[in-house]
Amino acid sequence: MAAASAGAGRRGLLGRKLGMTRVFDEQGRQVPVTVIEAGPCVVVQRKTMETDGYAALQIGFLSRKASRVTRPMQGHFRKVGVSPRQVLREFAWDGEPPAVGEEFAVEIFETGTRVDVTGIGKGKGFAGVIKRHHARRGPMAHGSKYHRRVGSLNAGTTPARVFKNRQMPGRMGGKRATVSGLQVVRVDTERHLLLLRGGVPGIRGALVAIRTAKKQVRGGAMVRG
Amino acid sequence: MDLIAAIEQEQLKQRPSFAPGDTVRVHAVISEGGRERIQVYEGAVVARRGRGLTETFTVRRVASGVGVERTFPLHSPRVDRIEVTRRGRVRRAKLFYLRGLSGKAARIREQRRDS
Repeated sequence: MAAASAGAGRRGLLGRKLGMTRVFDEQGRQVPVTVIEAGPCVVVQRKTMETDGYAALQIGFLSRKASRVTRPMQGHFRKVGVSPRQVLREFAWDGEPPAVGEEFAVEIFETGTRVDVTGIGKGKGFAGVIKRHHARRGPMAHGSKYHRRVGSLNAGTTPARVFKNRQMPGRMGGKRATVSGLQVVRVDTERHLLLLRGGVPGIRGALVAIRTAKKQVRGGAMVRG
Repeated sequence: MDLIAAIEQEQLKQRPSFAPGDTVRVHAVISEGGRERIQVYEGAVVARRGRGLTETFTVRRVASGVGVERTFPLHSPRVDRIEVTRRGRVRRAKLFYLRGLSGKAARIREQRRDS
């Protein structure tokens, strides 16, 4: 398929969400952006079809004191001559990836590229059915006493039980979430910053994985490529 | 080491100090059919809101009998220049009461110069 965006090959890296702000684009419009401090990441291992049954690049991010790392992991890092890292993640990589032990950062992305961002979303606590499942609320006045409660769970005598997957209140958020198709607004190779249009999951300081978008833009919407 | 503050700082522009009640000439960049030109919009500042990069100001003028209010982001690259032509003496931060007034009643007293 004709992949229009530059650098459409799969690649990715790890970063830290710093927060949101806005920037002015060339036309003077204000663009809401999330600032991500991405990399430098180091290649720790290259998994191949022959040895591992699948191809991937194992990437380390943020250094960790050697004494804080278990013996087996120390060996894993020592074998490739890389100082210990806090986080290891695997990424699919198209084309020739950086060599093992090599560092890379935001330069793998270009301005205008579409990316997917995965992270742990903000926890919302024990949330009601309106926030958690987009249920509709009842009238707030005119004698109505049904405001934000759960509605009917089921029919009565038959089936005389509540079916599985009934949407009810409970813990919301704090789970892995992905936003797809965010546009790279700016790449700052000096400070290792990525500015992405729109929001990404997680609190400030959260670990996020940035990958080239899985879907393509078609007529303003993201579709499977 | 606040990188977000640094990104915002880089975009701030040098702007003259002005306050609600002042009369300003805003040199706004207008793009028409692929061409860019500068249009001057003059009027009274009726409000300023926000701080830092997000700060905006609202300028009110009466154009051919119709009141017009335009809000500009203070640090927008589409605002080429701001000239302060008159300092006004007002007693509140938002001059929205001007909307209900016209003619003589809508005047703003000039600030007296203190030595």
